[in-house]
Parts: sequence; C-alpha cells; structure tokens
Amino acid sequence: MKYFFIKLFSFFLAFSFFSVSYAKEAEVVHWWVSGGEQAAISEFAKAWEAKGNIWIDTAITGGENARGTTVNRIMGGDPPTAAQFNISRQFEDLITQGKLQSLEELATKEGWRNFIYPKKLIDVCVRDGEFWCVPVNIHSAQWMWTNTSVFKNAGVAEPDTIDDFLAAAPKLKASGIIPLALGGQPWQEGLMFGVVFSSEGYDLMQAVLKDHDTGAAKGPRFRNVLENYRELQQWVDDGAPGRLWNDATAMVIQGKAGMQIMGDWARGEFQVAGLAPKNEYNCIIPGKKKYVELGGDVFVFPKSDDPAVKEAQYELASLMVNPTVQANFNNAKGSLPMRLDVDMSAADACMKMGLELIKDPDHIMEGSGIWNTNDFVSSWEDIISEFRNNPDQSIDDTINQVVDLLESGI
Amino acid sequence: MNFSRLLFRNLAAKIALLPMIVISLTVFVGCVIYSIIFSFTNSKLVPVFDFVGWLQYTRLFKSRKWDVAVENIFIFGFIFTIGCLILGFLLAVFIDQKIRSESLFRTIFLYPYAMSFIVTGLVWKWMMNPTFGLEHAVHMWGWETFVFDWLVNRDLAIYAVCISAVWQGSGFVMVLMLAGLRGIDEDIWKAVAVDGIPKWRAYISVIIPMIRPVIVTSVVLIAAGVVKVYDLILALTGGGPGYSTTTPAMYVMEHFFNRANVAQSFAASTIMFISVIVILAPWAYWEFYFRQRKEQN
Amino acid sequence: MKTSTIEGPRPKNVSIARIGVYCFLIICSLFFLMPLYIMIITSLKDMEEIRQGNLFYLPKNLSTYAWPKAWGTACTGFVCEGLKPGLLNSFKITIPSVIVSVSLAAINGYALSFWRFKGSYFFFGLCIFGAFIPYQVMIYPLLRIENILGIYSSIPGIVLVHTIFGMPILTLIFRNYYSNLPIDLFKAARIDGGSFLKIFFYVILPMSTPIMIVAVILQITGIWNDFLLGLVFAGRENQPMTVQLNNIVQVDFGVAEYNVDMAATILTSLVPLLVYFFSGKLFVRGIAAGALKG
Repeated sequence: MKYFFIKLFSFFLAFSFFSVSYAKEAEVVHWWVSGGEQAAISEFAKAWEAKGNIWIDTAITGGENARGTTVNRIMGGDPPTAAQFNISRQFEDLITQGKLQSLEELATKEGWRNFIYPKKLIDVCVRDGEFWCVPVNIHSAQWMWTNTSVFKNAGVAEPDTIDDFLAAAPKLKASGIIPLALGGQPWQEGLMFGVVFSSEGYDLMQAVLKDHDTGAAKGPRFRNVLENYRELQQWVDDGAPGRLWNDATAMVIQGKAGMQIMGDWARGEFQVAGLAPKNEYNCIIPGKKKYVELGGDVFVFPKSDDPAVKEAQYELASLMVNPTVQANFNNAKGSLPMRLDVDMSAADACMKMGLELIKDPDHIMEGSGIWNTNDFVSSWEDIISEFRNNPDQSIDDTINQVVDLLESGI
Repeated sequence: MNFSRLLFRNLAAKIALLPMIVISLTVFVGCVIYSIIFSFTNSKLVPVFDFVGWLQYTRLFKSRKWDVAVENIFIFGFIFTIGCLILGFLLAVFIDQKIRSESLFRTIFLYPYAMSFIVTGLVWKWMMNPTFGLEHAVHMWGWETFVFDWLVNRDLAIYAVCISAVWQGSGFVMVLMLAGLRGIDEDIWKAVAVDGIPKWRAYISVIIPMIRPVIVTSVVLIAAGVVKVYDLILALTGGGPGYSTTTPAMYVMEHFFNRANVAQSFAASTIMFISVIVILAPWAYWEFYFRQRKEQN
Repeated sequence: MKTSTIEGPRPKNVSIARIGVYCFLIICSLFFLMPLYIMIITSLKDMEEIRQGNLFYLPKNLSTYAWPKAWGTACTGFVCEGLKPGLLNSFKITIPSVIVSVSLAAINGYALSFWRFKGSYFFFGLCIFGAFIPYQVMIYPLLRIENILGIYSSIPGIVLVHTIFGMPILTLIFRNYYSNLPIDLFKAARIDGGSFLKIFFYVILPMSTPIMIVAVILQITGIWNDFLLGLVFAGRENQPMTVQLNNIVQVDFGVAEYNVDMAATILTSLVPLLVYFFSGKLFVRGIAAGALKG
C-alpha cells in the first residue's frame, strides 16, 4: 500500500514538474505600437501563446527608444528574451561583444539557409558563419504612391519614373494641388533621395554607398542625382519640415497632393482610408528597371546563462520563421515574407507586385542600411536634409561633404 | 567646548553628508571622467578600450552640425534666460500689486511647468504650423497676409523654440521672484512713498538689488535647464528643419543610441563639461567663498 | 519672518495703472492658456472634425469618445488597456523617490548650512555641477553601478536614480533656505546640548514645512513626468504611465487619433496639475520664507 502511494506521489510530482516547466515565458521588446503593426506583432504573440507559453509584451514607441532600451538592459544585466532591430548593422556591436545568443544550432537543424529568400537576407544575420538574428519580413522603400483622380483632373498620366514625374509636375501645380507630398524629417528626405539615386543607377549607388568610392561621388552622374533631387524640391510645399510621413500620405489620400515617395508601409494608410488599389490610388515602383529594396525587421536574442531561456528563444525563433505564422504576420503588417513558400494569396494588388518582383534575384537591391552603420546612414541623412532645406548650399559643397563622409571611415 | 566634542559634531555632519559626497564623486565626477576616457576611444554601441587619440574631437570640430548646435545653445540660452527672467519678473511684480484672484493667475502661469513637454510640445507644434495652426486660423478669420511660419523656417525655427520654452519656464521663475518680492519689508515701500520715488523707479533702483540672490538662484536653475534642453526641441522640431535647431545636448543624445557612436557622444559632452566648468567655477568660487567670508565677519 | 501675504487694504482706486496691471495679466493669461484650451477642445472633438476643422474652434459635435479610450482601451502594442496599467507603477515609483530624495536633500542642506567643515563647500560645488550633466552620459555608468549592486531594473533602482538626479537642485534649495534661518536659534540649541540629529528633528524640521512643500512639489512633477529613466531603470513590471502615454501619442504608423492623444496627455498630467493647484499657496509661502534668498 505504502509502495503504491509512493509511486502515485512520484507520478504526480513528475507530472506537475513536467507541466510547470512546459510553459515558457518570452519578453519581447519591439516598437510596433500602432494599427497594422500592432496587429502583426499580435500574430507572433498569439502563435506563441497557442503553444501554452506566456508572451510579455514590452512595446516602446520609436525605434531609437526601443533599441536604446534593449542595449541598456543588456548592459545592465536584465535583458529581454527577444528584441527587435532593423535589417541593418545596428546590432553588430552586440555580436562582437558576445551579448547575443547564437542561433546557428537552430538554423542548421531547420535548414534556414535553404528557405530564407532572398539569399542576401542571410548575410544580414550571419557573422563568422553563425546566425545571430532571425529576419521576419521585407519592407522596401522604393515606391511612388499616387492619387489617380488628381492626376486625371490635371490631365497627366501617372508617372513611371522620376523623370516622368518632373515632367508632369507643372500641370499638377497648375491644377491647384501640391504635386509632391513630403514629410520633412531627415529619414524621409533621405528615403526620397535614395529613390532618386537608385533611379539613376543601382551600380552608382553601390559605388558610392557600398564601396565608398569618392571618384564616383565626384563624377557627373552623382551630380546629376543631386540636381534631380533639388529639382524635385520645388514641387514640395513649404509646410513640409517636421511633418510626419503618414500626414504626408493623408495629403495624397485626401487629394490635396498628387504623389508621395514612400516605402511600402504607406499602403496600409490607403487601405485604412478605404481606397481601392489600381483604381483610386496607384503604387508604382519608379525607374526603368524596377527593384525591391531589402529593408525590414529582425529579432535578436540576448544571451543568457539560463538554459530555459535559450530553449524559449529557440522556440520563439522557430515560430517566427514558420510559414503559417509568416503568412499571418506579413498579411497583417503589409510586408513581404522572408521565404517563398508562404501563402500570400490574401495580399492586395500592390503587395502582389512586390511579391512577383522579388522572385527574380536580379530585381533585388540592398540598401545603405545593410552596407553601412547607423552612424553613416544618419550622417548621410544630415547632409541630404541640409541640402534639401538650405537652397544656398551649393551642389559642389554637398559633394565635398559627401566625399568627407566617405573618407571618414565611419 | 573640548576638542573631542568638536570632532564628534563635525563627524556627524560628515557622515550625514556622506551620500552627497559619495554620489558627487562616484556618479557626477565619475561620469565626467568616464566620458573623458572613452572620448578617446572608437567605441560604437558600447564603451570599449579601443584608443584612437583625438579622432573623435577632430570629427566633432569638423562637424557642421556641431557648429550649428553650439551657435544655437548661445542663442537659445540667451533668449530663454532673459525671456524667463524678464517675463517672470514682470508677472511677479504685477501679481504682487494686491490684485484679486491672485491664486488663479498664479496657477495659470505655473501650470505649463507641471506638464511634460512631450505632450505640450505637440500642441505648440500644431499652433505654430503654417498649414493648420495660427497662420491658417488667422487667414480664416480674414487677415489673409498674416505669416507665422517660423517653425518651418531654417533661420527662425530656433526663435519659435524659444517662445515655447519661455512659455514653459517663466511661470516657475515668476514664483521664485514673487517669493523674493514678498520677502521685502513693508517699511521699504513706506520709505519709497515718503521719498516720493515713483514706483517703477523704486523697482529698478531699490527692489531689484534687494532680490539679487533670488535672481542669481533663478539664473542657476535656468542655466541647468538650458544645458540639458532636449525634450522640448525634440517635440517641436526634432532638430530641424535640416538640423537648424539642434543643440549640444541633442548631439550627445542622438550619437549615443541611434547612431551607435558612444565615443563621439562622450567627446561632445566633454566639451560641454569644460564649458560649464569654465563658466560655473568662477561664479561658484565667488558666490560661496565670498559668502563664507562675509558670514564669518 | 515676513508674511507671505500683503498687509494693508486693497487699493480702491480704479486708476489707469490698475487697469494696465489687469490688462497685462489677462493678455499673458491668454498666451499661457492657449495650449491647454486647444488640448481640451481637441480631446472633445471627433477625428473628422479635427482633420477638417480649425484648430481653435470649439467642437461642433461634442464627443467624449477619446477619454474612456485613452484611459482603458487604447492599444500600446499587444496590450490594449490604455493608460491604466501604468498608473499604479507611476505611484510606486514617485512616492518612494520623492520621500528619499527630499529627505536626503534636507539633511544635506542642514549639514551644509549649520555644520560647515573644511571642504564641505567644495563637494557642494561638485554636486551642483552634477545638475549640468546631460542624462545620457550618466546612464551607462549608472547601469554598471546598479548592475554591481544588484538593483538594476527594480523599484530601488529607479528610486536611487531619481535621488541622484534630484540631489543637486534640491540640496541647493534646502541649503539656501536653512542659511536664512536665524542662526541664534541653532546656537541656542547647541548650547543646550543638542546633537546633530536631535537639533535637526526637534528644531529645524518643524520649521521646514514650507521648503519641504517646495521640494516635494518639484520632485513630484519631475518624477511623475519622467519617461527615459523609468524606461531604463524601473524594470519591465514597473513601467510608469509616461511610457504608455508615449506609446499612445508618438505613433509612427497608422492613424494618429489626436483626440485620444490629448485626452491621454491631460489624464497623465492630472496628478502633478492637481498637486500644483492645491498647494500653490503653500508653494509660494515656502519660497517666501527664504528658500532662495541665497
């Protein structure tokens, strides 16, 4: 009898230990606090909790705040389970300092190198042959968003390239609207410049921004880019400085402006406003040769001595690349998934354009964010922003500043 | 009073001041030394001992953004300090005139200080926006040619920032001044009346010298605010248009996390410390050493 | 000690000067009240009206949609509970921080005023210098120190940080106040055999009410409105209301619901506003009693 109860007791003990240790906890730091973003991160959270785990959401608005908090907490000794970063070099230092958990075991086991697409995404996360982060989506900045009726009223066709737009702009202005909507924040001004730049030639962009070739920066083609950019500015209204990007999108939606150059996340605004793609608004990838730019988000996993934490991190990473979860997440966010075998049939016309284009590796471009540190990117934006806001700053002066930046080794 | 008792008394004070001493040394002085040391390195996201000599300082002084920042801190510092002192003083003087509803007026002028600027900054941004703020409203009321686009104007944006800053800060200065004025003996006023000095004259020649200590303390508090100003500018202009409203503190902040160049941040803040010491030390020495001598007499 | 209210009858004459005084004050009031006015009316409009209408006009259709949403249902990431979760945390952070920082500064001011010893003013000068250091520069060293002490990401951690940051200004204010008190009172207490602590608690502290109120008010508003330090040092369970506020207001993507933003802002600021409103009179009396006479 006693023996029976001992067996029963140890059975319950083992069972309770089993069920208690089964629920994993994950604290995730991110900056997705609004609308579609919030719905997207919820897909991760729901999938995580469907497995019986606990999701602790640490949402902090503003990428800098969130990333800063992540770094602080890692350095202070209280790291989160997972933290969001961009496809960039922002987290490199954390790798060299040994603060991140290597995902190589998981990547090899699940064969990440086989299904992550495009292949360039792998390079974003791999250092010294090991995976240190997991990419979760692709956002591209190379888009023009137009209000169809505004162009119709002005009697011009919607542009296919930047040059087309420059030709059409005077007619737009004459019809009484602001031709180009812009939010005057350095990142937006830099984004617009990047689109003009790549229109001139992706090879030139690589020479200047990737290879830091000062000869290319001093050359006539780059000068042409600067001139085109300056020419674009006359079609932007004076109230641009400080404007938020979605306020600029609203100008296009409400028919006060003709076009905005903005990343694919602008699509969400049109959707919320109830406009129909290809009908009431148009999404155009500018340039004679069309590119999808590789921007987007990744998650890193701060290193912990506790094996239970590592287990939770691996499970979370695995979940994030799961095809079903990827489908739900990216549909909610309006971004492209990081693997091809994801069911994106629910995507709308604009997203489908991106999905089609990305199938061909020849149409994929990396951006400055992948090649350069945040310091470089921000310093570049400083130069561009001043160039845009200060009509007295000459093109020569700007080229000199660019050359200085390229030579500075930042 | 024998020697041991004297020692004991001072000992208690020394122990009581220990936290202040420890904190001043380890945290305040420690931070300064920490940042000076790492300003000579090439630290990116986290401080590392990767020494590169004067590299960060060379970059700092070559940076146009830093030049603009330094220029702005002088403009802002000057206007903000004078603005708060004058407006605060005037408000205090007028409230001090035995008016009705003194509490109401005082609260009205003081409430901005209580609100976080992340919040009120957005409202000021709206109000000063030409498209839908004050300029637009005045147009709709009929005055078509009214222009108030300082906030989006590279050359004038810093002055728009000063307006919001004075709005936020002068209430506090007003309260300080008011207290100072309340400390003045009624007899002084009676003497002024007897001598037939007009009231405004009395304020300038008699009263202001009497509240000099209050003015000095206000200046110290305002100066500390000027050096650290960040939230306000971030909310109003984000440093723009371009970088025309950036300040040294903003330069330090943005290089810290966003640009992951901690060493550059430390170089900038070291320059800031040196400037503060250069200005503060002589004053502090005179104020406290002089005061000590005076009180000992 | 001078009284804080004016003696004598209110002048009855309605002279040009009096009218001028009131005019000036009323015009200044308009300038000061404008943002608050806009905040309130915006919080009572619906988004349609905000988009189309004039910033300064009263709401055509009064809508209280924003307020309950700001309080309880606005989304700040995965969690959609508005500002509510942060309220308790803000109190948990503010109350101990205020108590500790003010007490410490009071003792400091007391020691500096009455018990001067060689070098005390030097350290006081160092302390004041601390008021001029930008926050970011101090965060890394503080992180390391708190990590070593084992209190990072906790309430004691954030209390320590607020105490450190508040020390310079508060010590300055207390020291100035105490050095204005009549020295004879203190000398008499010493002759009577009072020790350091005894004199503080039985003689000085009872006379410190006004300056205590000043310090408490300064700290409450500063700590309640703090965002950055709470984010970094308080730990994930203790995030103050300002973090939620920021998440609601500073939205990079999607529709910015300005009416909710305004309501959220006013709600977050209610505590310090109420503190100011109800202790305004005490505040001035505190400074009048010599707090900043130097």
